[in-house]
Amino acid sequence: MSVGTEIRTTPFHKMHVNAGAKMVPFAGYEMPVSYPLGIKKEHNHTRESAGLFDVSHMGQIRLSGEHAMSALESLVPVDIVDLPLMRTRYALFTTENGGVLDDLMVTNLGDNDLFLVVNAACKEADYDHLKNHLGASCEIEFYDDLALLALQGPKAAMVLSEFAPSVKEMTFMTAKQTMLNDIDCFITRSGYTGEDGYEISVSAKDAESLASSLLSSEEVEWIGLGARDSLRLEAGLSLYGHELDISHSPVESSLNWALSKARRLGGEREGNYLGSKVIMNQIENGSDTKVVGLIPEGRMPVRDGAIIQDENGNQIGYVTSGGFGPTLNKPISIARLETKFTNSHSKIFALVREKKIAVEIVKLPFVKHNYYRG
Amino acid sequence: MSIKYSEDHEWVDAKEDDLVVIGITDFAQEQLGDLVYVELPEVGDECTKGENISVIESVKAASDLVAPVSGSIIEVNSRLEDEPEIVTEDSMGEGWFIKVKLSDPAELDELMDEETYNTFIEE
Repeated sequence: MSVGTEIRTTPFHKMHVNAGAKMVPFAGYEMPVSYPLGIKKEHNHTRESAGLFDVSHMGQIRLSGEHAMSALESLVPVDIVDLPLMRTRYALFTTENGGVLDDLMVTNLGDNDLFLVVNAACKEADYDHLKNHLGASCEIEFYDDLALLALQGPKAAMVLSEFAPSVKEMTFMTAKQTMLNDIDCFITRSGYTGEDGYEISVSAKDAESLASSLLSSEEVEWIGLGARDSLRLEAGLSLYGHELDISHSPVESSLNWALSKARRLGGEREGNYLGSKVIMNQIENGSDTKVVGLIPEGRMPVRDGAIIQDENGNQIGYVTSGGFGPTLNKPISIARLETKFTNSHSKIFALVREKKIAVEIVKLPFVKHNYYRG
Repeated sequence: MSIKYSEDHEWVDAKEDDLVVIGITDFAQEQLGDLVYVELPEVGDECTKGENISVIESVKAASDLVAPVSGSIIEVNSRLEDEPEIVTEDSMGEGWFIKVKLSDPAELDELMDEETYNTFIEE
């Protein structure tokens, strides 16, 4: 793989431009932030129908070798060894200090083959991390000839099953290799919107043809990165660089649900991953900070970086992501707070342009997940 | 008098007695995308040309409204606080922001006419 300063494009670039997209630089790529429909309508379309997202900027990696599954366990606090065939699991690359290098999806392809999807902005670092730690025992292949599409929304299953009826039976976080319109595709039932849907990995040369077929359905519209962010925010899903970073552990980011039992204290394969001492201790004894949902009073969005204060004006945290939730029709934020304030009923405030906005702590997600679990 | 335009994409409609109505142009509105919140100044506040007087929040980000003229604010369109979408629907009319009593009417001459503004946004 090559790392250049030159801005890259995905195989769908021409289609985005022809669709009238506003293109912006994002993680080294020129990506569509919105289409003529606009962020709000794109957001609502995804919640009501089916949205098509170009996420080809993300990294797609194959990790293989006789011990690939147990090898990967040395880098993630997640059960990979017992991941069933063609099942997908959410994981995190941790550091020696318990921080997070990236979050990723891992699918077991069978025969000691794993398929990883990592964040665009982290993919070079992830590749180096894998090479450094697993290069001697595993083969690591970075696919730069693959595109990735996400089809998300309550009508995604109906749309996709017109091309391959069997995808309807797939349940959340399972995978399948199948043909869509004579194009070989690797599909997982997953996504980043809180809605039912699929991510479809396809060779770059077939990418345009597949997208055109999907867009020929009346239910499907291109959706840009702007709506992708408001959708994931409402769904309470972490974004690397915001809720997750190198200086906070998964426990400090309220991702305990992603830490497998088998890797915790007393589990079948406890610890033995980077930062396991710190993380296992925090699972047992708690952490100083947590990530929570906030609903600001009024209509003003409280965006990332805003300081959170207690009644006496002491800083108790900061907003990691924030904006306006079109489905809720109100501003929503995610914040990192000192743990002792996350369950208290005292009033807390966000500072926006020197104004104090009262905020209410709420459970994530803001909008209920709509995954298909069979 | 005709409507004048600023480089920050505001329109300034000069009425009688040094009174102007100020809003954002259609071009600005399209660039911002869906508006979700408008923070208006207070009636009685003074504004100085080039200084921020209001914040416009779109789904994407927060942007400043820069005063295109100086004077005192005599009225604000408080409808925008609950219905920011009227800016998107009618930026040159119902979606106006503030009315200002000019302290220096000569500042109007520094603004662009419609033709110059249209050339400006094409560049």
